[in-house]
Amino acid sequence: MATLRVLVVDDEEEFVNALVERLNIRGVDAQGVTTGEEALDRIEQCSFDVVLLDVKMPKLGGVEVLMQIKARLPELPVVLLTGHGSARNVEMGELLGAFDCLMKPIDIEDLLRVLRQAATEN
Amino acid sequence: MNGTPKPQENNKARPDPLLHKRRYRRLLVGAGFSIALVSVIPLVIMTLINYHQYKEAFHTEMIRPIARYTSNAKQALESALSERLSALSLMVREKSVEDLTRQQKLKRLLINMKQAFGGFIDLGLIDAEGQMVSYVGPYRLKGKDYKGHTWFNAVNLRGAYISDVFMGYRNFPHFVMAVKQDSDSSEVSILRATIDTEMLDRNILGLKPQKASDAFIVNQQGILQTPSRFYGSVLQHCPLPMPQYSPNAEVLEIPDEKGEPLVMGYAYIEHSPFVLIELSRPGAMQESWLSLRRELLVFLGISIFIVLGVVFWGTRYMVNSIREVDIKRATVFHKMEYTNKLAAIGRLGAGVAHEINNPLAIISEKAGLLKDLASMPDKPLSREKIVELIDSVLNSVSRCSAITRRLLGFAKQIDVRHEKINLELLCKDVLAFLEKEAGYRDIKIDFDIPGDLPTIESDRGQLQQVFLNIINNAFAAVEDGGRIVISMEEVDADHLAVNITDNGMGIPEENLEQIFEPFFTTKKGFGTGLGLSITYGIVEKLGGQIKAMSKLGEGTCFTIVLPVSQSSV
Repeated sequence: MATLRVLVVDDEEEFVNALVERLNIRGVDAQGVTTGEEALDRIEQCSFDVVLLDVKMPKLGGVEVLMQIKARLPELPVVLLTGHGSARNVEMGELLGAFDCLMKPIDIEDLLRVLRQAATEN
Repeated sequence: MNGTPKPQENNKARPDPLLHKRRYRRLLVGAGFSIALVSVIPLVIMTLINYHQYKEAFHTEMIRPIARYTSNAKQALESALSERLSALSLMVREKSVEDLTRQQKLKRLLINMKQAFGGFIDLGLIDAEGQMVSYVGPYRLKGKDYKGHTWFNAVNLRGAYISDVFMGYRNFPHFVMAVKQDSDSSEVSILRATIDTEMLDRNILGLKPQKASDAFIVNQQGILQTPSRFYGSVLQHCPLPMPQYSPNAEVLEIPDEKGEPLVMGYAYIEHSPFVLIELSRPGAMQESWLSLRRELLVFLGISIFIVLGVVFWGTRYMVNSIREVDIKRATVFHKMEYTNKLAAIGRLGAGVAHEINNPLAIISEKAGLLKDLASMPDKPLSREKIVELIDSVLNSVSRCSAITRRLLGFAKQIDVRHEKINLELLCKDVLAFLEKEAGYRDIKIDFDIPGDLPTIESDRGQLQQVFLNIINNAFAAVEDGGRIVISMEEVDADHLAVNITDNGMGIPEENLEQIFEPFFTTKKGFGTGLGLSITYGIVEKLGGQIKAMSKLGEGTCFTIVLPVSQSSV
């Protein structure tokens, strides 16, 4: 099975670092960024199978990043992460083509399953 | 949270001044006193008017019969005396001296006078020298010399004379009438008649004076001319003071010799020395008046008692009802405040959940990573790495703790309690709830607060709610990238002002007047419309004022003026 390439996007750096490391331990090729702008730059530079994207971020929010990813790379699946499960954002995300929406804190195995599913169905 | 806290009636922390028992006691006393006054004063006035009217009526009823009698008796007496004087005058004018000197003729005249008028005892003719030249009657007066006698001088002077009553030779009372013949000749003749006082008695008693009264005649020296029931027989002295002359019959109220009340009707009988007097003791009439007066006073007393009783119980019931309504209103307001607070907490909930879930997510990942690394025997886990991961976990725990503490601090401020508050710190405390949202939406928050702004004495929980409501509204009004300015200043020695200005959409002028009204909202389908009205109520309760200024498309400024000290409220 090809190595899953995941981009983790969240404004909490400690969260990103820990999750990336855990994903790496599980054989995922994970990278992490802490801003929407960095995320858009990184997907231009590298190829990913899935983007794990936090909804609430300062400046360029998760929904806007999603829109831009879908504009540039419509095939790239995006899984949303939310801290408060705001129904409005989740609905907006689904309308814009997010694959799924997970609530923090996340179970690593559930996350892996969703990421693999997103990459496979794509 | 279960149940709603009750409003503070006499809470030890800070009683609601509007519900304090002292206020209602003052209201009770004030209202009761006013109503009692307004009720009792007309009652007293009416009773006094009735009292005086009744007194006047009784007085008139007492006086009128006496006045009537005295007037009638005066007329009768004057008429009787005048008749007899006129008869004597006629005789002395029409009859010649010769006729009057003749015994038989004089006797005839006497008989005729007795028959016509009654009361004549004798007749005598006196010449210019005062000698009785002829006489008919029971006494031996022919030849008697009256020169120098008072009556002789008086009749010569005045032409007619009526004497006081005196005891005659036969020891019974009578008086004398004398008329002088007016003629051109040098011969003077005086016709003198002795009159029985029974004539006077007849005229007094014939008119029937009141029962339990006394009617008599005195002369102007106070000597009884007729017998008196109260003061004795003829020629005794009447102890009452002589009343002042009046040409009419008069009535006086005087004390008798013992100081007892007496009503005196009197009349000076013209052309005579006589004064008619009728005396009446108020007696039974006064008893009736006293009894009526007693009844009036008892009625007044009972009425006042009833009025005061009704006023007391009525105002007490009314004030208690007002207090109950005030308490209910305060309870409803308190519930609304509490509901609004819960709603505010609810609104924060989404943001707070996010803020807690982020550190929880970090804890989850760090702990998970620690576990992953510890489960991999081929990857050694250094002590530094362990400490690093655990530190991260502890930091996230602190973050969560700070958030929950802040939320609890906001939610638990239900009891009203006054303390010294730094408004700048309180405002920033409230903003801490919203700083993440400000970060996500790129909303700039600026402060313009002087460094020496004094602290104020107020309720922390309620102020937090006020600022949270206003700042939440500002966040809702501005777009992403918008700006909110919080400034504070001293208005005067006793007040501070806090201005929260946003550059949001603004409020239309027609809405600006209504934004503090309950249930007014422009967010169709969202919100209860109570937020600003509750904010308004809280600010008022804290002794402050809130107002809003706005320009459509430019932004809104809410100004909250607060008292520095609650003692000035």
